Amino acid sequence: MTDVTELGVAAIREGVAKGEFTAREVAEAFNANVAAAQDALNAFIVATPEKALEAAEKVDADRAAGKELGKLAGVPIGMKDLFATHGVQTTAASHILEGFSPQYESTVSQKLWDAGAGMLGKLNLDQFAMGSSNETSYFGNVISPWRRNDGGNAPLAPGGSSGGSSAAVAARLCPAATGTDTGGSIRQPAAFTGITGIKPTYGRCSRWGIVAFASSLDQAGPMARDVTDCAIMLEAMAGFDAKDATSLDMPVPAWEAGLSADLSGKTVGIPREYRMDGMDADVAKSWEDGIAWLKDAGAKVIDVSLPHTKYALPTYYIIAPAEASSNLARYDGVRYGLRDLPEGANLQDMYAATRAAGFGAEVKRRILIGTYVLSAGFYDAYYTQAQKVRTLISHDFKNAFTQCDVILAPTTPSASFALGEKSGDPLEMYLNDVFSVPASLAGLPAMSVPAGLNSEGLPLGLQLIGKPFDEQGVLNAGLALEQRAGFTAKPEKWW
Amino acid sequence: MSVDKATVAKIASLARIKVSDGELEAMVPELNGILHWVEQLGEVDVTGIEPMTAVIPNTLRLREDVVDADPLTGGGKRDAVLANAPAAEHGFFGVPKVIE
Repeated sequence: MTDVTELGVAAIREGVAKGEFTAREVAEAFNANVAAAQDALNAFIVATPEKALEAAEKVDADRAAGKELGKLAGVPIGMKDLFATHGVQTTAASHILEGFSPQYESTVSQKLWDAGAGMLGKLNLDQFAMGSSNETSYFGNVISPWRRNDGGNAPLAPGGSSGGSSAAVAARLCPAATGTDTGGSIRQPAAFTGITGIKPTYGRCSRWGIVAFASSLDQAGPMARDVTDCAIMLEAMAGFDAKDATSLDMPVPAWEAGLSADLSGKTVGIPREYRMDGMDADVAKSWEDGIAWLKDAGAKVIDVSLPHTKYALPTYYIIAPAEASSNLARYDGVRYGLRDLPEGANLQDMYAATRAAGFGAEVKRRILIGTYVLSAGFYDAYYTQAQKVRTLISHDFKNAFTQCDVILAPTTPSASFALGEKSGDPLEMYLNDVFSVPASLAGLPAMSVPAGLNSEGLPLGLQLIGKPFDEQGVLNAGLALEQRAGFTAKPEKWW
Repeated sequence: MSVDKATVAKIASLARIKVSDGELEAMVPELNGILHWVEQLGEVDVTGIEPMTAVIPNTLRLREDVVDADPLTGGGKRDAVLANAPAAEHGFFGVPKVIE
């Protein structure tokens, strides 16, 4: 029999529908991979094999009864532990939410279950999605399944914040996983692990039931092996939700059916400000490859300018911490989660002790920065200024999109790095998101597609950024890259 | 602008995070590093530019003014609301005494 864990979303769905294998067989095979890799990769915070089996059995029964099957019927997936799942611990990889058992289901996860998907478990991540290497989780680092070809076996970062998702998909622990992207948290880990991930236009996927980090930036999206699988899954995740005030009240396009790698008549913009001094040679080479591939697909390629690019990161590191400091005020030791009540403490002491014990160092750092930039006397100099620069960054994209349909850039300035290599200096870690943050600030759909391996044998990703609501344009350009990159590399199994 | 130890202590108190003296010492240079870096935004000419309020133009909706318009977010959920409380008592959230 085929090793079903080598199959992606589309192939599993088709195999189940045709009766080549049962959904139960698929769930069992992935459950086994999840269990076997846990000690080495630490990709999951909680495994839920029984949930995967339960969903699979329902799909098998529906098929036997001749019922119509959903878009994701028989596909087991991993759920980033930032989505509230009814009765299944949801922690945002924090101590303060350890043991929290949601009494409701997030809109996005519910939509996935309704489409016939099953849950393999809750995936590890950077604490409250704050990080780029998955080194801030209270539940330990996620280890990338990839290793450098130097024989050194240094444990590498799977990227962040969706590091459990990226590691699990790359290691064949699940065919697809959910991610969330605030400043690059889907695209950067996808690039680091040789998989595909898309962040849709802000508002496409409901934020209801997703633990909030920076509400004006947070967007959910799929992470999977290829572009088609991402299109299928995004279709199931997206859609209007009255429970999210910023949800887009628009129909969900048929992205899967609309896929076409023919880019005739399309113009691709190459942002000159992304070509930075001292750019990694392998990254520069993969960008050149990408340009050639898109030309080969029929696109016209032009230079465009995004003049405020260099200000995107500092803008992000004012706005995101400001929103985080406000969002995370809810963790007070009263309504849910951890409570630390020292002997004789009053209410204020309890708040301060609980939050000191419950938040990790990076989360505290961002809350403090956010509190400072929002405080009286500093608000205009920092926060208002950042929101004005954000407007300029958004204008840059608007201007560029008068000349082109989609923008091509690297996803990250380098391939994955070793754990511990950047965690000592917060600023150095922040710089990892230099290419992904601008699209987040402008709310644009953006995707990372594997482009090839660097000289160390590690994956590199190419990023496509589209106009608002034009996920189709992004997916199509992604498909054109994918077909030409011919990326088939996968990490050699050592776990 | 730079922050000193007293300022960081004040911010931590506003944010309701207990910080030890040793932690404060370590945080001062870290936060200053980040603040100095973000201050480069000051050089951007923003004359006549409105601060961003909505990244994708959207209209604010009003829900129907009825009870339990959406049963998921409506009322009558006391036990579910209290289910994760660290110290629920008699159908309420329990907190340390606040009135002497």
